[in-house]
Amino acid sequence: MLKVNNIHTFYGKIEALKGISVEVNEGEIVTLIGANGAGKSTTLKTISGQLHPTEGDVQFLGETVSGMLSHEVTAKRIIQVPEGRHIFPQMSVQENLDMGAFLRNDKAEIAADIERAFELFPRLRERKNQKGGTLSGGEQQMLAMARAMMAKPLLLMLDEPSMGLAPVIVDTIFETIVRLNKEGMTILLVEQNAHMALSIANRGYVLETGKVVLEGPGKELLANELVRKTYLGEV
Amino acid sequence: MSMEIIGQQMVNGITLGGLYALIALGYTLVYGILLLINFAHSEMFMTGAYVGYFTLIGLSKIDFFTSSNVGLLLLYVLAFLAGMIVTGLLGMLTERFAYRPLRNAPRLAPLISAIGVSLFLQNAALLWISSRSIPFPILFEIRQDDIAGVNVSSMQILIVGTTILLLLVLDTFVSKTRVGKAMRAVSQDREAAGLMGVNINYIIALTFFIGPALGGAAGIFSGMYYGSIKYNMGFIPGIKSFTAAVIGGIGNLRGAMLGGFTLGMIEALAAGFISTGYKDVIAFAILILVLVFKPGGLLGESVVEKV
Ligand SMILES: Nc1ncnc2c1ncn2[C@@H]1O[C@H](COP(=O)(O)OP(=O)(O)OP(=O)(O)O)[C@@H](O)[C@H]1O
Ligand SMILES: [Mg+2]
Repeated sequence: MLKVNNIHTFYGKIEALKGISVEVNEGEIVTLIGANGAGKSTTLKTISGQLHPTEGDVQFLGETVSGMLSHEVTAKRIIQVPEGRHIFPQMSVQENLDMGAFLRNDKAEIAADIERAFELFPRLRERKNQKGGTLSGGEQQMLAMARAMMAKPLLLMLDEPSMGLAPVIVDTIFETIVRLNKEGMTILLVEQNAHMALSIANRGYVLETGKVVLEGPGKELLANELVRKTYLGEV
Repeated sequence: MSMEIIGQQMVNGITLGGLYALIALGYTLVYGILLLINFAHSEMFMTGAYVGYFTLIGLSKIDFFTSSNVGLLLLYVLAFLAGMIVTGLLGMLTERFAYRPLRNAPRLAPLISAIGVSLFLQNAALLWISSRSIPFPILFEIRQDDIAGVNVSSMQILIVGTTILLLLVLDTFVSKTRVGKAMRAVSQDREAAGLMGVNINYIIALTFFIGPALGGAAGIFSGMYYGSIKYNMGFIPGIKSFTAAVIGGIGNLRGAMLGGFTLGMIEALAAGFISTGYKDVIAFAILILVLVFKPGGLLGESVVEKV
């Protein structure tokens, strides 16, 4: 479904990605793990059109999407939940969800999808009219995911959804990811929490300073000695 | 001090405030979207006045426009449309060539670029048109009405009426329409707006059309109200309107409207009660007071940030 072929991405003169190749098949959960600064967010941003590779390309359903601007990639229904959530602070929960459906104009179906989002995250329903900026971190993460779902993604990319959240909320988020995947959603998941990510992923990639150093099925990586030492904190 | 004088100064204040509000919207719109203080905005005001002037001069040679009231009305409507559209396009042009290339540069760079555009446009008007002030054509008779002892001219009614209409249209556009929502989204979180499918370049270009177009309309009103225009006519109203935008809470549309009318009113009352010479001192003293007690401005919201 998604093929990232040997991309190189720069911030000015800094080469953040030095030839990354990643593949996601329909129906999979694929995870990218790696230390701070490894290039995980940069990879997602290059896929979503916020950054552009100087070399290599990104193919989605057989079409080249690298080079497109982020709103054009969104129109292909590759939807990214960015690191730090990026909720519209002065808009209510409802308006944030409406923004998620910005490119759609099937009013009745949008209303039904908002209802579905509230079923997925009942806490959002209670806070329907509250401003996004006043939500707790966990609620913002739920809203960010619900908002992304409003765009009817074919591929959902999540950048560190567990960042800074209490363990209970992290569990809720991961349960939701698994549930969405069971319902057919293809997911590309970036995580610092390597253990949890690898346990739910079909396949994983380990990034280090802009390169893929390991890849394989989630269970295998979980058992890999290097991964255990470096990312799971085992001695 | 009689009630009549207070009333009179309030009428003058509302008129002046309407002009400030129209200009202030341009500062606040651009600031809201790009966090840029568009120093060239005062020249958008001047440009609108000149385009209005040339349109009036040009078309008034055609008999149809001057021989009947309907023709005259049409003439002024066309002058306004021309002034607003040309100024709006000039705004888009400045964004495209002076600001967009610097979008990822340090914040100071587009600010310097804005000052450059401002100087360029002022000097262009000075060199290519005139260094002196030019009388602005008023082709209709201005009626003076006495309302409860207060003298209200038809010009004031026209200015305030049209201004309020423009403000209502803009307010509805931004709060109700799809494109307006996209504008709010871009101003609150540009990156997220892009991820929702909003074409950011289109929204920024549109903002740079609307803001200058309103400023251009204000320029024509100013020409009609004061009877003359000049290449540097934007400077003082520009500073005042920027002040109005800050008083209201920069980035906030209704704040800019409120700030404009507040500043106009304070200035007119200060001129009436104390002295014309002190009106600016008093207006700016009040600005400082507002900012001491409400640093975000009257309607400025403190954005709650969550890590
Ligand atoms: N806007 C930027 N300008 C310059 N360099 C950047 C920028 N953003 C990221 N980088 C650099 O690119 C490299 C990769 O960053 P990236 O954000 O992709 O890492 P990451 O794997 O997502 O890390 P984290 O887990 O901390 O989010 C880092 O060395 C970082 O310093
Ligand atoms: Mg990151």
